[in-house]
Order: sequence, then C-alpha cells, then structure tokens
Amino acid sequence: MRTEPLIYELSKNGRRGCTLPDLDVPAAALPEDIIRDELRLPQVSELDVVRHFTHLAFRQMSIDGCFYPLGSCTMKYNPKVNERTAALDGFKCLHPLQPEDTCQGALRVMYELGDYLAEIGGMDAVTLQPAAGALGELCGVMMIKAYHSSRGDSARRVILVPDSAHGTNPATAAMAGFQIRKVPSNERGTVDISALESALGDDVAGMMLTNPNTLGIFESDVETICRMVHEAGGLMYGDGANMNAVLGRYRPGDVGFDAMHFNLHKTFSTPHGGGGPGSGPVGVKSHLEPFLPVPVVIKDKDMYSLDYDRPQSIGRLHSFYGNFLVMVRAYTYIRSLGREGLRQAAESAVVNANYLMAKLRSVYEVPYDHFCMHEFVASASEQKKLGVRALDIAKRLLDMGFHAPTVYFPLIVEEALMIEPTETESKETLDAFVSAMLQIDQEARETPDVVKTAPHEMPVSRVDETTAARRPNLAWTGE
Amino acid sequence: MLGVIGADNVDELFNKQIPESARFDAELNLPKGLSEQEVTTLLEKMAAENRSLKELVCFLGAGIYDHYVPAVVESVISKPEFVTTYTPYQAEASQGLLQSIYEYQSLVCDLTGMEVSNASLYDGGTAVSEAALMASSVTGRTKVLVSQAVHPNYRAVLRTYLFGRGIEITETNYKNGVTDVEAIKDKLDEQTACVIVQYPNFFGCIESLADIADAAHAVGALLVVSADPIALGLIKPPGRFGADIVVGEAQALGLPPSFGGPLLGIFACRKEHVWKMPGRLVGATVDADGRRAYTLTLQAREQHIRREKATSNICTNQALAALAATVYLSAMGADGLRHTAELCFHKAHYAQSQLINKTECEAPWSTPFFKEFVVRLSKSAAETNEKLLRRGILGGLDLGRYYPELEGHMLLCVTEKRTREEIDRLLEAFAEL
Repeated sequence: MRTEPLIYELSKNGRRGCTLPDLDVPAAALPEDIIRDELRLPQVSELDVVRHFTHLAFRQMSIDGCFYPLGSCTMKYNPKVNERTAALDGFKCLHPLQPEDTCQGALRVMYELGDYLAEIGGMDAVTLQPAAGALGELCGVMMIKAYHSSRGDSARRVILVPDSAHGTNPATAAMAGFQIRKVPSNERGTVDISALESALGDDVAGMMLTNPNTLGIFESDVETICRMVHEAGGLMYGDGANMNAVLGRYRPGDVGFDAMHFNLHKTFSTPHGGGGPGSGPVGVKSHLEPFLPVPVVIKDKDMYSLDYDRPQSIGRLHSFYGNFLVMVRAYTYIRSLGREGLRQAAESAVVNANYLMAKLRSVYEVPYDHFCMHEFVASASEQKKLGVRALDIAKRLLDMGFHAPTVYFPLIVEEALMIEPTETESKETLDAFVSAMLQIDQEARETPDVVKTAPHEMPVSRVDETTAARRPNLAWTGE
Repeated sequence: MLGVIGADNVDELFNKQIPESARFDAELNLPKGLSEQEVTTLLEKMAAENRSLKELVCFLGAGIYDHYVPAVVESVISKPEFVTTYTPYQAEASQGLLQSIYEYQSLVCDLTGMEVSNASLYDGGTAVSEAALMASSVTGRTKVLVSQAVHPNYRAVLRTYLFGRGIEITETNYKNGVTDVEAIKDKLDEQTACVIVQYPNFFGCIESLADIADAAHAVGALLVVSADPIALGLIKPPGRFGADIVVGEAQALGLPPSFGGPLLGIFACRKEHVWKMPGRLVGATVDADGRRAYTLTLQAREQHIRREKATSNICTNQALAALAATVYLSAMGADGLRHTAELCFHKAHYAQSQLINKTECEAPWSTPFFKEFVVRLSKSAAETNEKLLRRGILGGLDLGRYYPELEGHMLLCVTEKRTREEIDRLLEAFAEL
C-alpha cells in the first residue's frame, strides 16, 4: 500500500478547509506587542482533509472490521445506537456550568448510571468522575489514603499488588505516594496465601486485586484474601478491568472489596476511540463514601443536583464531571441489555473464551490448565523452540485478518498470548481464528521465516521500534 | 460449544470457578432490557430534559467553550476505523491512527512553540497536575507555586494529585486581573519546582509570561503554562517566552461542550525533558523495507513497562479527542485559526465596551483580555443570570462562587459563534435589568 504523506506535506499556500463568517462588530485594537507573527499549520482544503484521513482509516484495524481478541481490553462490539444517543444535542451541546435546573436530564443519566453500577458491583455509592481506569485507580487509592489518615492511622505506607497485576496498579499506588509490595502468584496462577500472610503488617494501607485476574482465573480465595487484609487493618481495592466475566454472577462488594473501578470502555461497550476517551467510575462501600471526589450527583424528591459540601472529600480528579458522553453510551448499553442481558453477556464471554482455549490447547501451551473466565493466557513456549516468538505469531495473525492478542502480558507467563474473545463474536468467527492459529503453528514448523518476518499483507512490514526509540522523531520538523 | 469445552452447562463453568459463598445468586436489581427503538426514545426524552446550547445563547465559558465545530471534524471522528480501534500497540495494524497522533503531536508543538508533545492527557486539570509532578521530578524539588488566576477546578485537581506525593502547593495572588509578579518573586525559593500560570488566565486576561519566566528561571524553577489553544492562533505562544511545559484544555479544538467531557488535555515540553514526560508518544521510524512508519515509542517511561517507576499511571488517554483537534487544526490552518481568534477577540471587546458604556456594569480592571472578561454587576450574579435565562440567554459565571472577593462579579465569554444580534440581545437584557 502507498505511503500516505503527512498532512503538512499536502499543504499548498492559500488553501483552507473551513469557511468562517466576516466580522460583524467594530474591530478593537489588537495588543500588537504580543501578536503572533509565525504559525506553521498545514494549508489544505476540506477535500484534502477528508481524503487524507480516509486514507489513514484504510491503514487501520478496528472492531468494526475484524475480530480483536486483545486480552484484558474487552474489545466487544460497540452498538451503533450508543453513538446515536451520545450525539443528541441535549447531551452534546450542554455546558457543565449551566444552572442545574437546565440540565436535569444529564444529571439523571449520571445519577441512574451510578445506581446501576453500584448494583452491579455490590457497592453503596459511585463517582463517575475518573476519565479512565487508571484515574479510577488513583481515585480509589487516594480515598484509601484519606480514610486511614482520617483515623489518625498515618503509618500505612504500603499497597500490596499481585505480580500478575496490570502496570497501572503499581504506577497508581506510587503516584499516590505509597510504597509497593509485590505478592507472588502460586502455581495455580492465583494469589499465594502464605506469601500474602507474610506481606501483611501494620504498614499495609490496602491491596489492589483484579478478579478474575489477568490470567483469566477467578481468585477462588478472594474472601480469605479480603478477610486477611481487613484483619491487618488494610482496605481492598478491586480493579474492575475484568468485570465482563462476572456480570450478575459475582459482586466484589459482596465478598469484601471496599472500593473498585469499572471500565465503561471495556465492560459497558463504549468504544475505545484508539486509546480513549474511556471512563473509570469508582464504587465504594459506605465507609469510604465521605471521601468521594466532589461534586456528587444527589437526588432530592424529583430534582437532581451537584453536592459540593463534602468536607472529607479527596477533592477533584477532573476539570468537570468526567467523560459525560461516554457515560451516556454506557447508560444506553445497560438499559438496552437490562439485568438479563448483562448476565447473558458474561455467560457468552466465558463460553467463548473456554471454547477457544479448548480448541487451541492441543498446539499452544496453556500454563494454567483448567476452566477460564472471560480470557485465558496461552504461551508460545513450544513455538519458541522453533525460533518463532509470541510477537511473530501476533504479527502473522494480522496478515490473516485478525487483530493480535495481548502479548508478553501478564509478565509471569513466558511468551504470553492473552486471548479475550468477548461475547459478541460468533462461533464461526472463533473457528476461523482457531484455524489461523493452527496454520501459524504449522508454518512455525514448516516455513518459520514466513512467521518471523510477518506481517506481509499489512500497509507496512515489521516496524523498526528500536530505531524509533534510539533516535526519537516525535514531531515533523519540515525536513 | 459446551461439548468441546467439556462442560454440561454454562453454570458449571462458573460454579467450578467461583466458590459458592462468593457467588451472586439473586437477580440484579436493574431495569429490564429495552429494544433499540425504546432505548432511543428514552434517551431522546432525557436529552430533552436539558436546555442545550442549540436553544440558549451562550455567554458562559470558564474552561468549556461554545466554539464552532466544522462538519469535517465530526465526519472524520465518526469513522469506525478510528472510533472502534484500541491503543495502537500493534504498529503494523495501526498505521493510520499512529500517523494521525504523530500529526497531532506536531501540530501541538507548532501551536505551543514547544519541541515535543505527548499523545494527549484527560483534560486541562489533570494536564496541569501531571506538569507539576513532572516539574518536581525534573528539578528534584517539592514545592509548587500556582497562580490564583489559574482555573479554580484545575487547582482543585492539582491539590488532589499532589496530596499523595506530599508536594506542597502555595497559591499566589492576582492584581488587576493578572498574576502579581512581585508576589511570585517573594514566594519563590530554591525548593520551588515550578510556577503555574494560565494564558489567557481564568479571568480572560493575558499574563505577562516573559516576566514570570524570568522570575521562575532565576531560582531554577520551571514555568508551566496552561494555554487556550484558540488564543494561540493570535498571540505569541508560551514557548516564545521561555515556558518549560505547556499544557491546556483543548476542547475548543473541535469538541462540543459535552457537559464537560470528553475533553482534551494537551501536554508539550522541551526535548531535554522527554524522558520525564507522562503519557504515550508516537515516533516516526521505518519498516523492514525502509518505508516510513510510525510506532509508540519511549514506552520505558510508561506504566505497562516501568510499573511503579513510571512517570505516570496514565494508560487510556483521549485519543479520539486528539484526532478531533488534529482535523480541526488541519481544516482551519493558521489563517482560519487566526481568523477565529480575531473574531473572538473583537466580539468580546465589543460586548465588553458596550456593557461598560451602556449598562450599569463596570470593569474591575483594565488589563488586556482575549475572549473572556470580568464585569462588576449592579445586582447579584445569580439574580442577573436568572433574568438572562428567562430571555433565553446563558449568562456568565458567578465569580463569587470561587472568589469571595469577587462577589457580584461575572465572567463572560464571547466566541466567534456569537453574532452581533445575539450580543445586542445580551446588552438589551442587561440594560433592562
């Protein structure tokens, strides 16, 4: 495929892609001393812009175009009706600071969505403010910090994080000023209880736990873990990245989690947009409710309002109320599926993952070999012996019209291929993916170079990431 | 499928994994599912419970702006190839998005006068906060000086972000609508990591960045500037005055007000600090055949590689919003952006001078401003806004809510979308109050 020039390289003097009205008031004097005399932006027509971004779209894989079994990311199909509701003028063209009696519908969306999420997670209250999962985590651990400090318990400086955790967990705890203590996994891929025992102490503020964990395994000792952490005076934070597996089947709040976040852009089908905007609402039990970020949407009789009068609040985590239009999409999704639909989504997600695992097990090693939840981790350790690595398999899959699984994560599995099919894929799609994976295994044995030099059918061949990092070129300089 | 799996039924899959005592066996207390038609009707009804800016004439700004969004922006950011794709971890499958992010980074550098830009942060408030954390990391210092003329909500986010790390925040006052540079000099010391100001500031006034930069640099502190990207079409960029980190809220670049989100946090800095930057970066490189290609790069700063030693915990950002800004800036070009900024400037000045000359409003200070300005009212701001709303006008921000000393003052905003007829309606309404 032909390389697409940069938008700057399409520039021709005097072109513009948008018309603007003439000035209809008297001109005022400009502050001449600070008026800008240079600004290099592309000069392109509207058609130039349209063609350019259409060409870029051709060079892009997406869920609408292909199966996207990216583990831990829950790349389910995003129903189009969610886009339609989020585009309604009554939501889109709303100023966050307009009087509350002129935005009751928006506040109602937020209030009810908070209620639904609290019910789904078994929590008592929810904030929708965090703009993504990582900001939700920060919100959660900040509340844990504020909770301990409100009790004069300021010596708790450690957050426990399992070795299978997402990178955001330790990064978040560090951002909140905590030290991180790693808890190893046992041979079953779950938290090692005796290691947890020795990690606990007076200095532990809490533990961050993803359940099902990043191996797609339900932490069967979750109640014991919560009890142990609580007995040591710590609180439990749930990373809700994998909630899609357990909707209507298990609620973190029922087994002892004190706080958790939801990823609306995973579980609740709001599109990822190429890496955002997402939304990471946080649910808490009542003892953490006073620490929720301000403002909180409240309801009095039939009127909704924003409550700022919360003296123990951790403050704000967003300039306004979070990614509101993402909330509208998630609200639409939850109302569309309803209580039965959400439970069915989890069931199909788990069936699809187990089906793929069963089909692939004969040629790809599955290190933790029992039923899985919504995803599983395979290993390319057998293929590596033939010189073919997980990365090569990922790239070869692109040639076959499938997005790659997550590779090299979790860190505790060698040559990890983390596969999450989600509930929205048909058996035919899953079977086609299995065929592709089996073909790649065969190629690894017979024509390994085809796999090692993949992709061959994409707009570019293997991208040189080493050069990108050694000689960073991060912006166009005109050369 | 269950046969292949080796399970008798779906329940077995769950029950073999979730211990009985941890299971949720009841029915979720949620409404029943709705058809597409029903859910559309429901949401349309809820949307209609709001009075949108399609109906109200908006003179409210304060961080979220009613700028014109060209049709081409909506068209491009609705493309499913961009909407329904994930973070471009597989470079070969994501050349389109990666190239657009590289273009976004380039545009942000040009606009702000800086050398490197990341792929976006959540919003203006979190971008200011990340800048403070980065400045602390660059300088090894633990004090941050922030002007009271920075958006009050950004300062609130900053307090939350810095609480964890134990970084001390000192607020510094404003005078005549701009940051008091002498006060900054008094408060700066060898432990100050950065000075944070906004440009134009929360009151719409244009800060004298050169003086503030000199004061900060004199003690080895960095200058962090939160800038309005529309204003940068008209006035000199912070990079020209020696800013070390330029952040800002870029909702104005092609995103509707959206009740405050999705927004777009821009983040740019000097090349020498790139390893301390938060967030994703895209770099240009080549593929195995030597063709130009793009990829995520310098990922060793990020949480998925560095874990607790990462520069930030950010993972998901505001990619689609960054694409909107890329399309907006491309379609506008320098001329279009300059024209937009000038329309804002002249219309805001027309509205301000007419309000001062023809109504009971007074100007509390005479500092140059861009598209927002403050007036002292003859009545309370709440009462004034109520009366405006009855005439279909969304009035300005009641500043007394954030600044007790500015009780009875209002922050008004005039963008390029406001016609003379609409501004005259505002003047008329004020005259009749």
